[in-house]
Amino acid sequence: MNHASHGLRESATFDRATIHAIQRAASTGVYDIRGWGAKRALPHFDDLLFLGASMSRYPLEGYRESCGTDVVLGSRYAEQPLHLDIPVTIAGMSFGALSAQAKEALGRGASEVGTSTTTGDGGMTPEERGQSRHLVYQYLPSRYGMNPDDLRKADAIEVVLGQGAKPGGGGMLLGQKISPRVAAMRTLPEGIDQRSACRHPDWTGPDDLTIKIAELREITDWQKPVYVKVGATRTYYDVKLAVHAGADVVVVDGMQGGTAATQDVFIEHVGIPTLAALPQAVQALQELGVHRRPDGVQLVVSGGIRTGADVAKALALGADAVAIGTAALVAIGDNDPRYAAEYEALGSAAGFYDDYQDGRDPAGITTQDPELAARLDPVLAGRRLANYLRVLTMEAQTIARACGKAHVTHLEPEDLVAITLEAAAMARVPLAGTSWIPGTTSGF
Amino acid sequence: MDTMSSTQLDLGTLSLREVNRALHEMTAGEVAVTNPRGAHSVAAGLTTPLQVTIAGHCGYYAAGMNQLADVVVDGTAGVGVGENMMSGSVRVRGNASQSAGATAHGGLLVVEGDAAARCGISMKGVDIVVGGSVGHMSAFMAQAGRLVVRGDAGEALGDSIYEARLYVRGRVASLGADCVEKEMRPEHLAELGDLLARAGYDDDPASYTRYGSARGLYHFHSDNAY
Repeated sequence: MNHASHGLRESATFDRATIHAIQRAASTGVYDIRGWGAKRALPHFDDLLFLGASMSRYPLEGYRESCGTDVVLGSRYAEQPLHLDIPVTIAGMSFGALSAQAKEALGRGASEVGTSTTTGDGGMTPEERGQSRHLVYQYLPSRYGMNPDDLRKADAIEVVLGQGAKPGGGGMLLGQKISPRVAAMRTLPEGIDQRSACRHPDWTGPDDLTIKIAELREITDWQKPVYVKVGATRTYYDVKLAVHAGADVVVVDGMQGGTAATQDVFIEHVGIPTLAALPQAVQALQELGVHRRPDGVQLVVSGGIRTGADVAKALALGADAVAIGTAALVAIGDNDPRYAAEYEALGSAAGFYDDYQDGRDPAGITTQDPELAARLDPVLAGRRLANYLRVLTMEAQTIARACGKAHVTHLEPEDLVAITLEAAAMARVPLAGTSWIPGTTSGF
Repeated sequence: MDTMSSTQLDLGTLSLREVNRALHEMTAGEVAVTNPRGAHSVAAGLTTPLQVTIAGHCGYYAAGMNQLADVVVDGTAGVGVGENMMSGSVRVRGNASQSAGATAHGGLLVVEGDAAARCGISMKGVDIVVGGSVGHMSAFMAQAGRLVVRGDAGEALGDSIYEARLYVRGRVASLGADCVEKEMRPEHLAELGDLLARAGYDDDPASYTRYGSARGLYHFHSDNAY
């Protein structure tokens, strides 16, 4: 039925999704837990445009002149920094949240194009280590499966303070996904609803973090880069404190960043957009004299990166690399329309599915069910991810060349304008057609 | 590297990095680390069955992530002594600060004095014996292993505990969410007697009370909202 033609008007405040949420809460008494990241509309990279070369800027030939994409992460203190071929990395996602096949696929895809992948809240699996050329080992509050042998096997260590989907919250993994293997890796009873700690158990605050990072370096004999990952909130201060604490790399995850299981209210209402966080992080690094320096601190940004344009915009604003999570899962087969009927049987639809907490993923990615997980071919899925990463890289190169840059990291804020006031204020670039940066300049 | 007994590493003349690298390269033997003067991460990341004595007070993370080595801190220890230990043993002759034995997966941690708050937080299989008392929030989210307290325990003992077993001889100020007193069955008396003996104490296990998880928070439902 066409409601509008019958004179029916939906409330903007109490729309159908809101009414459904109230009804669901009233019938269950439990808050809604789901996967994915923030779904609300937010100021984002879409609100920025590149100016491109013109009379005063020379473009590079798209198919003839080289445009570099390699990045070095962790050169500040680590004896073995990461040398990546492309500036797009795979964000931390746990074995437990994802199937072993999905983790293997992420490792295969990333390795094929010379970039890194990352463990998650649940330890390192041999499959993942074996298939990942560059593997970042997350050091989380829960310390599930935390093993110094794995720390030494990793190529970098990421101290996780938070993630964009839930800054201030710990992980969750519901009982459906606590299989015998997952339970053993995390030292938990099988089938329980696991709630990870939200704070680290043996340090509090930036001074302690300094000591903790030094311990991790001592244990790994100063070989490995140490990243610090924060969910985007008080980003300017967090990045400064992370640098003071001795991080080689700072990872900032905006609120569009995904999760496998978090309260909906947390995902949609805590944290700030990636676009609002990135310039704060760059300002902090610049003020400390460590931005884009050979012995400086690198910035990795994540949360809503989907296209090569997003990659190029993040780099132009000052990131050294980006990380993708949700997009990587989509690339390997998440929300694939070929499972449309099965998504509908679960009360969802292809393109909408976010019940990663549920463990019944038809695509075999966010599940521990052996039959579902077996649907995902890690070799084929890895190839799909590699294809997607190549496209992101070529798209970013296309834009960089059009702006006259011989390396994607040569893109700069001067290449950008904003098409909304919000984006102009957050990204600190002018509103298109003006010289106005709200909050910075006074007008035309 | 010298693996003969009685090697001495002096933190008064060597840097922490030099001392730890030397320890990481040794495969066996006895080592005395002198003049720690409150340094952090002393003897962290050991992987071989060394016998290490640290002659003095340590800062944070003494013997952190220990594997196989037997480390004695002949003094007091700062935050997170023996954190994430996998195997071997750590003994503190004096008191220990917060988060002693945090997240440790195995081995034995003995604190002869008192341990401060959050002793055994998120423990994952380690055995901890404290000669004195422990502070508040000890064994918070403790997943596995045993915590023995010869003295008293502070507030919120065993909050949100999983499957770790707690034995306290003295008074418990309060129990945390989902932590309850449990019956001392013969197998518990036996394992406690064994733990006390390994730590060098001969208390009567029957003088202790056992605490553990009521397992009431293992599944989300509306009545579990804290």
